[in-house]
Amino acid sequence: MKKEDVDDRALLPDKAFGNGDHKERDWISDARRAAIAPTIGRTSVRWRLSVALLSLVVLAGFVAWIYQLKHGLGAAGYNDQAFWAVYIVDVIAFIGVSYGGAVISAILRLTGQSWRAPLTRLAEGTALVTVIIGALFIFPHLGRPERFWEILVYVNTSSPLFWDFVAIGTYVLATVVFFYLPLIPDLAIVNKVLGRPDRPARYRLYKALSLNWMGSERQRRLLHGVMSLVALIIVPLAVSVHSVLSWAFATTSRPGWNETILPPYFVIAALYSGTALVIVVASAFRKGYNLQRFITKRHFVRLGYIMAALGLVYAYLTLADMMTDGYTGITTGWISQTVTGRYAPWFWFYVLVGEVLPIVVVAVKRFRNIAGLTTASVGVVIALWVKRIVIVLPPVTQPLIGGHWGSYHFTWVSVTITLAGVAAIPLGLMLLFRLIPVMSIDEMEEMGELGSAEQVSEHTIVAQELLSVGANSNGHSNGHGNGNGHVHGNGIHVPEKEVQL
Amino acid sequence: MRKLSNNKQALEELKVIQAESCASSIDGQGCPITPELLSDEQPESDEKDFSRRRFLSMFGAAAGAAAVIGTGIEFLSYRAYAQGAPATNGWTGTGGMTGSGAATMASSEAPPTHQWAMVIDLRACNGCKSCTAACQKAHYLTPDQTWIDVFSLTDSTGQQYHMPRPCMQCENPPCLHVCPVHATFRQDQGVVLVNQDRCIGCRMCMAACPYEARYFNWNSNVTYPPLPVQPTPEFPVPQRLGTVGKCTFCVGNLNHGLLSECAAGCSMGAIYNGDLKTDVGVNSMGTTIKLSKFLDENDAVTFKPEQNTHPRVWYILGHGQNLDAAATAKS
Ligand code: SF4
Ligand code: SF4
Repeated sequence: MKKEDVDDRALLPDKAFGNGDHKERDWISDARRAAIAPTIGRTSVRWRLSVALLSLVVLAGFVAWIYQLKHGLGAAGYNDQAFWAVYIVDVIAFIGVSYGGAVISAILRLTGQSWRAPLTRLAEGTALVTVIIGALFIFPHLGRPERFWEILVYVNTSSPLFWDFVAIGTYVLATVVFFYLPLIPDLAIVNKVLGRPDRPARYRLYKALSLNWMGSERQRRLLHGVMSLVALIIVPLAVSVHSVLSWAFATTSRPGWNETILPPYFVIAALYSGTALVIVVASAFRKGYNLQRFITKRHFVRLGYIMAALGLVYAYLTLADMMTDGYTGITTGWISQTVTGRYAPWFWFYVLVGEVLPIVVVAVKRFRNIAGLTTASVGVVIALWVKRIVIVLPPVTQPLIGGHWGSYHFTWVSVTITLAGVAAIPLGLMLLFRLIPVMSIDEMEEMGELGSAEQVSEHTIVAQELLSVGANSNGHSNGHGNGNGHVHGNGIHVPEKEVQL
Repeated sequence: MRKLSNNKQALEELKVIQAESCASSIDGQGCPITPELLSDEQPESDEKDFSRRRFLSMFGAAAGAAAVIGTGIEFLSYRAYAQGAPATNGWTGTGGMTGSGAATMASSEAPPTHQWAMVIDLRACNGCKSCTAACQKAHYLTPDQTWIDVFSLTDSTGQQYHMPRPCMQCENPPCLHVCPVHATFRQDQGVVLVNQDRCIGCRMCMAACPYEARYFNWNSNVTYPPLPVQPTPEFPVPQRLGTVGKCTFCVGNLNHGLLSECAAGCSMGAIYNGDLKTDVGVNSMGTTIKLSKFLDENDAVTFKPEQNTHPRVWYILGHGQNLDAAATAKS
């Protein structure tokens, strides 16, 4: 076992995690340990390097933006026949992926899926981080971002953009609340576990944020009620946000945008890409934060099924859209540009990577594993961004009066700013989970019996016994801390997949 | 911020221009002279105040009342436009503003003396693009910013024809309805203008305009010579980076009895500036037409009537030309 793997966990008082006799308690104490460990102690070199690198990319984005402010949006490749392009695509794509995180979590919550427990925090965190990034992309999109406040002062209720603003604002708020509520018990637990340590500022912050949570029956009932309510609200809210976003396009008279299908089209695209991003994030944090024991192949396969189903719906909507528009011949301009013209590479990339690949991966048992699903999900996230380009650019560059097709060319400015947004997702999540537990401890404990009952197979029990042997002989925390099923200490090797099946 | 001397100089220039132009004034009534422009009152040093004040004075008390309300929103609605306006497309011109574009002006206000319109006679247009050049020169536009553009289209007999396209000054302007900050507004003479001190540069209006009549200021590398006047919505020069611009109908010219730059620049006399109120139209050849009669007799049409925008620009078609071809033409 490598030294830095142990470091953080060694800082945790052992008594905080139960005595480790009972298997159930064991799983829970490990969950606590795995969730809290990344928030305390020294960070690993790899973590610090990643944060530094990602921060650099984000910084580069800000530099590019300042350049753009000085030189105008032309520096980002915009022109009069491509007046909307990459930044509005970024707004849609980022707010879109956020939707996936929020709704996946909300629906699993509402349907009482106990297996969700280790995933909810990651999903809600992803929703929170991406919705903020997405909303911020409005600023590079505007020619005069410093006048943004005018939307609030010189309100024009007949403008779709005003409602975009209202919808996004409400959604950001709801996402924050949705993220915060399950956090209340967790922060209380963390404070209890860690006692009053050497970082009083954080202790006080947690204390304030956990609102005197004692875990009493009444508090629990209240929290559950509120959480169900917010989960219930966030689903239609997210539907409305993406519908309203789509109306910024659909309410114009441009062929390709002026389509009744656009709102559900946007909603499903958001759900689809969002589910994919949850898989990517879960996969990355599973590895990086040693959560292998809690987030298992089963989670990925189930999320994969959800993703594939959404992918099929999205493919259907795409077909329905292009079929009706393309057949009549009145508005075929943008269709032929999309399917065989300038945007064909983009479109077919979406078809292959955004539809065929994930469906094959989910359908074929051999690929239906964590690596396969993660790869497919990365593909979906990228392909859906590309698909948004295909939704935005052909209609915007089409000539409405004779004339010629316009074109949009990416420049270093728009690429850098977009990449900064991409880098901000892992950066935001890493910083977030430096401050708060990466898994919802309270929910894991609540679902513990259920969750781990499902979890515990014969193999797991054997493995846990082996682990506890390892723990006993190796001292207080090493054996549990590793948690990925490989016990090197005693030379006993338990293959990962057996532990998890 | 301009120096005061520049302003004074500008006023002197304007006086001269007006004196010269009154003879060829559209309604033959002489020039309505904006008192403020001719007064010797010192312009306020603040750029915004100056442009705003001048702006308000053009529209008189209605705007003043709006300012008193103090929301900062220009409640510059247009009056029901001229009774008896030509109804070539069945639109009788109720003047009712749909959406929340602007509040309706109190009926006690004096009606505006003009309702500006334009007639473009495609039979006369030879596609020389002098109108575009004249407009760009007068407004210091970049070559891309073709506030009046000339499209080369093919008619039903396969012949090429040319269609100048200014802003249609829609009576039901989609660009206005979608603007989130009321930066696009319609003044009481029916001209749709952009307040570049307000525009946030969202380009929603560009998406909404069915005529591609709006042009953005994408680049900061445009240089302007020192200009004698401050930018106003009627004369938005210099254009501001990060905001949208479009044809203003040269409403300042019109109100001072001058032709719009494009009409003046058209050596073929294809472009008529018109006033629905006085029912008169004039082109660069000095041809004066009775607007309603001319439109009726020549079967004038508006562009993309199905968009329900009710343009203030009418086209006279020549030989088998069909604007529908323009609407669906794809290259
Ligand atoms: S032509 Fe376009 S810019 Fe001009 S008023 Fe109509 S919608 Fe607005
Ligand atoms: S670009 Fe300016 S004028 Fe056009 S809709 Fe946006 S704020 Fe209004």
